[in-house]
Amino acid sequence: MFACIFIPDFSVQAILRFEPELRVCPVAVLNGRPPLEKVVALNERARQTGVEIGATRSQLEAWENLALRARSESQEISAQAVLLDCAQSFSPEMEDTSPGTVLLNLAGLEPLLGPLPKIARDLAQRVSHVGLEANIAVTANPDAALLAAHGFSGVTLIPEGHEAERLGNLPVDVLLESFSSSFSSDAEEAARWVETFDRWGIRKLRALAALPEIPVSERLGQQGLRLQKLARGAASRNLRVLEPQLIFAESVELEYPIVLLEPLAFLLNRMLEQVCARLRARALAAQELHLNLDLAAAQSNGCASFTRTLRLPTPMLDAKVFLKLLQLDLQAHPPGAPIVKIHLAAEPARPRALQSGLFQPVFPEPEKLELTLARIAGIVGEGRVGAVELLDTHREGAFAVRRFAPVELPPADPKAKQSGNRKKDMSRPENDSACQVEEKFEENAKEKMSAVIALRLFRPPLGASVTLREAKPVRLRCLQREDIAGEIVWIAGPWRSSGDWPEQEGWSREEWDIAVSAESGLVLYRLVQDKLSGKWFLEGMYD
Amino acid sequence: MSASPVFSSAVMGRPFIFSPRSSPRSITEKTAKKTSEILAQVGALSKLAAIVPASRLDARPSPEMVSSGIPQLDSLTGGLARGCLTEICGTASSGRTSVLLFALARATQRGEVCALVDASDAFDPVSAAAAGMELSRLLWVRCGEKYPLRKPPSAALTGRGKTGDSYQGMPSGIPQAAGNGCGFSRWESQLGQMLKVTDLLLQSNGFGMIALDLGDVPAQNARRIPLASWFRFRRAVEHTPTALLVLERQPIAGSCSSVLVKVSGARSQVSGKKLSAVSRQLSGNPPMHSELAHSELLDQFEIIAELLCSRLERKPVQSTASFKSRAAWAE
Repeated sequence: MFACIFIPDFSVQAILRFEPELRVCPVAVLNGRPPLEKVVALNERARQTGVEIGATRSQLEAWENLALRARSESQEISAQAVLLDCAQSFSPEMEDTSPGTVLLNLAGLEPLLGPLPKIARDLAQRVSHVGLEANIAVTANPDAALLAAHGFSGVTLIPEGHEAERLGNLPVDVLLESFSSSFSSDAEEAARWVETFDRWGIRKLRALAALPEIPVSERLGQQGLRLQKLARGAASRNLRVLEPQLIFAESVELEYPIVLLEPLAFLLNRMLEQVCARLRARALAAQELHLNLDLAAAQSNGCASFTRTLRLPTPMLDAKVFLKLLQLDLQAHPPGAPIVKIHLAAEPARPRALQSGLFQPVFPEPEKLELTLARIAGIVGEGRVGAVELLDTHREGAFAVRRFAPVELPPADPKAKQSGNRKKDMSRPENDSACQVEEKFEENAKEKMSAVIALRLFRPPLGASVTLREAKPVRLRCLQREDIAGEIVWIAGPWRSSGDWPEQEGWSREEWDIAVSAESGLVLYRLVQDKLSGKWFLEGMYD
Repeated sequence: MSASPVFSSAVMGRPFIFSPRSSPRSITEKTAKKTSEILAQVGALSKLAAIVPASRLDARPSPEMVSSGIPQLDSLTGGLARGCLTEICGTASSGRTSVLLFALARATQRGEVCALVDASDAFDPVSAAAAGMELSRLLWVRCGEKYPLRKPPSAALTGRGKTGDSYQGMPSGIPQAAGNGCGFSRWESQLGQMLKVTDLLLQSNGFGMIALDLGDVPAQNARRIPLASWFRFRRAVEHTPTALLVLERQPIAGSCSSVLVKVSGARSQVSGKKLSAVSRQLSGNPPMHSELAHSELLDQFEIIAELLCSRLERKPVQSTASFKSRAAWAE
């Protein structure tokens, strides 16, 4: 059995996906160069008000409530991709027949997905969830399914052998419309066929199917015979199976440039929801998000666009989190010009799957952590939050701040954990657990464990005026802080180091550890002299 | 006239009030029975079924304690309490940062994710690595003025190395002189950032330890943090597995902290006399540096921890504990 998903008024529905509030209004889609634009697609409400295909913009001025939209190829491509994703989630064998039409093979799916009526209903529901209204038809051959989907609205199920009977009531126009791509490439050819059938008095497919084959062949040729077979629902062919491409992207071309972040977030939310729905349909998550904005001012200058990329530490699938991350990123890096086109793409990845253990330490939720980091970066500034990494160099204190992405420890071996638990006495009160829970560790490491004297750095280092005696500092006065001054009561050093001397940015320094008397007692500092300039600095305080 | 007593009720022709069946004992039994019936009826109501009489309420559960990594400090305070605020205060060079870094190092070694909110941007990654900290598990938030990353100046002027865009390390060659950034507004800005960041971190959950470093913030500025903020932090961290540590010069959180430990360096007290002697030598005659080796001060640096206040139920066995630190290069 084969199923056909057909989206009536596909150009309109592709636009309504991003503007669902227009579903209750009459909408006409225009195409062509201004001011010679003509209506190429309508929704049912617009048809009811009397608007016709081919009407010009000036003719449409008579309708007050009619919403006019320009045809958007990028939105049609996105809608078609969504349709293919929906079909892919049911059957791996599918054909991208034409924009708004997808055929899929349902053979062998009944044991997996239930009876055919249920599959057809589920298919309609899935397509409805992505913002499209589809006609679904299920028949024994693909062409009959295509014809039924074009002819009957809603879900249609035609049992095998009843195709001619059910399709017989459809007008001949539906047949020509359905197969216009394979029979007549231009409108004139289709009109000639319609005129011929009309002259013969054939208006329904039943009449066409009842004609004798030989006279039809003599008068209409092979194409006429093929049309008759299609009208009988007896034509059979194989599907041109489509290799699915893992591209998850959405585009929106805007009629008016967006200047504020709020309306942009409104559109981004819809696009992200669509992308997430598509990823979810394929059981995937997003590892990266690429946002490409075409700027109005940039078009005249020839600049391409404004691009931002969000790299996520773990694959995620939450449209709200993505939206907040994009908002925070755009707040930190505004585009700088009005936006006329939005393109959003997600890099697919397998979803994160990790079974946490009961005895594992607590770990922040990746989605929440990512949002928190983005918010903190908005408060303290870009590059001032993250994980520190020491650089492989002899330069004192060289480090880099990297992206904070801690890795959760894998669950421990249950056997080892059990034996460890036996050693712990769980009946003892919790408030004594500091030394009890890690008693063994403490006992083993007690000898080794001792706090390392830490240095508190002055960023940037404090300039100092130093009095020397026999090339050794004896008195100190800090230039920036008056409270750091006095006689040096203890000194050790110097430790000389230098590096990168072949480079332009070489360094050479002498380091002293000193103690200076203060109100609170002795304070220990690290005093540094730069040998290249001869200046003294207080680099930090031992604490 | 006879003098026999006459009860007024008998006089009035009514029976006695206290009949044998209406004795006080029987009244008590009746009351108890009725009370139990009423309680049973009340208990049967679905709305009141979850209400527990105050007499049956259990005591608040004791917080889970984790090791600070220093056995002497653990024996003094019982460890660091999860879901509570712990204050570590001390003067400059008292060893408070060493204690903080070691506690963070111990937490990261346990596999926990920790955060350090650095109000004065004084964190030294080299010291942290020497303390055994797994730096990939520490989220470092550097509060300060928001300014674009400065490119490394040329060697002719500063002597800094070629580091690339990601380099923000401590200058080792010629450090730049600090500007006059010790103003009041500077600390207000940094403390404001610290409060906002701490709120976000506490809300995000999942951190084993969050440390706020206010070690360089002058006491008069630190006291400007509203007490409401500390109450908010205490409420936010309550019932979570996060231990909230605050490093400061003087106690500032008031009744919001569960444990308050004061840290002081014993070296300044014990060896003061000896150092003064060296000082005289330094000022008068040529210095005799051989008398005090470098390792004598920085290695085996003695730190005294004093438990000033504990609102936990555990009764401290002692009020002070001392332990020694080691220099980063000492094995």
